[in-house]
Amino acid sequence: MRSTTGGRSSCPLPSAPFPLSSVICRLTAELTLKAHKLGWAPYLLLLPSLAFLAIFFAAPMIQAFGLAFQNGDGEWSTVSIRTMLDDAAFWRSLRTTLLLIVLVIPIQFTLAMTMALVVNAKLKGSGLWLYIFAIPLGISELSAGIIWFAIFTERGWLNSFLEGLGIVDRPIIFLNYQEPLLILLAIVLAEAWRATSIIMIILVAGLQSIPKDYLEAADMLGATTWQKIWRVILPLLRPSIQVALILRTILAFQVFATVIALAGRGLTTLSAESYRWYGDLQNSNVAAAYASLILLLSVISTLFFLWLVPANQDRV
Amino acid sequence: MADIHLDAVTKIFGKQVRAVDRVELTIADQEFMVLLGPSGCGKTTLMRMIAGLEYPDGGRIRIGGRDVTDLPPRKRPIAMVFQSYAVFPHLTVADNISFGLRMRHTPKADIRRRVEEVAGLVQLGPYLERFPAQLSGGQRQRVAVARAVVMEPDVLLMDEPLSNLDALLRLTFRAELKRLVAELKTTTIYVTHDQVEALSLGDRIAVMREGRIIQVDAPMAVYDRPVNEFVGGFIGNPPMNYLRGRIERDGGTARVMIGEHALPVPPEARPDTAGDVLVGIRAEHVTASDRAVAGAIEARTEVVEPLGPQLLVTALVGDQRIKLLTHPDFAIQPDQPIWLQPDPGKLRWFDTGTREAIVPSV
Repeated sequence: MRSTTGGRSSCPLPSAPFPLSSVICRLTAELTLKAHKLGWAPYLLLLPSLAFLAIFFAAPMIQAFGLAFQNGDGEWSTVSIRTMLDDAAFWRSLRTTLLLIVLVIPIQFTLAMTMALVVNAKLKGSGLWLYIFAIPLGISELSAGIIWFAIFTERGWLNSFLEGLGIVDRPIIFLNYQEPLLILLAIVLAEAWRATSIIMIILVAGLQSIPKDYLEAADMLGATTWQKIWRVILPLLRPSIQVALILRTILAFQVFATVIALAGRGLTTLSAESYRWYGDLQNSNVAAAYASLILLLSVISTLFFLWLVPANQDRV
Repeated sequence: MADIHLDAVTKIFGKQVRAVDRVELTIADQEFMVLLGPSGCGKTTLMRMIAGLEYPDGGRIRIGGRDVTDLPPRKRPIAMVFQSYAVFPHLTVADNISFGLRMRHTPKADIRRRVEEVAGLVQLGPYLERFPAQLSGGQRQRVAVARAVVMEPDVLLMDEPLSNLDALLRLTFRAELKRLVAELKTTTIYVTHDQVEALSLGDRIAVMREGRIIQVDAPMAVYDRPVNEFVGGFIGNPPMNYLRGRIERDGGTARVMIGEHALPVPPEARPDTAGDVLVGIRAEHVTASDRAVAGAIEARTEVVEPLGPQLLVTALVGDQRIKLLTHPDFAIQPDQPIWLQPDPGKLRWFDTGTREAIVPSV
């Protein structure tokens, strides 16, 4: 339970269901109150992280934006942007990237939610489940791609398995470049396997912060398990869902190694294009244009999710 | 009819701890039963088993003649008010109150009518569209009560519903709650560690200690006739005084001695035993005088505390401490002689070994 601070009383009461203004007002009031008491100490303590972010994130970001709006000779120009847009691979890479996001994220969320509920159910050995579910987190994107490549390739595990069972006579070529849809599905599978557990971890943390009383109150009010999930758990989990969605989508815009491992150049994504322009085509300006586009899309998706899943509830 | 029968209900935590130990209790239809005891006595666990939130390790629970022991909470005709209120923060007051009805797929028109009705009952009418964060603690508590009451349950369970409120609100709400429950005529079980709440609310009080019910009776009966030293000490503020005494028998006559003082006790109010006893007397059943009175016990005041309506005096009888309540105008100072006359009819007797009450047989 929150204590009432003097700074809060001047804030207007939040208007349902998205009281952003009141939250900001309250936050500002509280920060002002604290700043009075603490002087400059908080800012001093923030300095190392600020320096870290500035040097390793903000500076390269600005640099990339700069590069994207320059030509090869370092003059200001939109030629790099135009080169990117006119490239035959651009729309294909954008489509694949978006398609992957649209396919992977719902699958991952359904899986992750189920896994999180299983872990949180405190069944016997549920701690073990958490570790089992978290194993893919320790495997790099590229290794994950190679593992799934080893499964789906012509002489891979899946074909050996099917042959061993006598289901097929000769290997099926799953990763056929004539069948981009199959490759896409293989990537979806690999990505779901690789990155679902990060969502699960966030959701488990969120679930554990929901007081047991809410669920027991729902029990007493006659809610079935489904009703509890839909009416109580999911709404209370909104802050975690929001974080997970944003994080996962940003990472999905950067999807690279899994695609390279499974599809080679058969399918391309935005980051693969960025890499191709930087490496193969030796044009860091167009590469920067792609990188900037990824950043822009990440920002847009973040804002979209902030709007779609407002996290700030009126917590008691 | 929603009478409740608890038959040897037991809950064991871990391997050893008997949180609730073979509890037998019958609660009549429409009765307001308070489960009272210190923290860790098993009262909340017992209530949670009635609610269905805990499964008993032994015994059966019947509500209205139906065995509900194996039923999940939602299949029991019960509503509960939680200590933390557990008001859903993501729902408005109206949606909180209607939550249970919506789970049951009650028609919308009915829901609106009943929510408004109940909101009026607990004075939440103007706040129906607010979110819990925009309410005071007291208002949230009302939401929790309304949410339970709107279900029209056969049994209403309340787990320390007033303990998170400040003292003044608690006083107001106590009376309000008593009025509400009397109006609804719902069988109610109310868990508290606050003996004042228990005395003021209950039709009967079940005093619990270490997983067992040690006394069930009407509030004033528990107050006046505690079955053992613990109950007398737990209920009442200040707690019952206990003085080491002795019953000396000399042929047919008997005297009750407190230290060197003989206490005038008529034979019918005296236990038939002889030897050491513990004499129990409530603070308000001792008359005090600042002048010597024949037959009174001489004591010395130690602390004098004005409480407003009364004066709380702590005095020493020999080496034994006694607390008594006097008229607020009684002019007495610390460290003065004082003469005490316990009301002989109000004396209680306890075995010095078992600490159980000894009831005079006459």
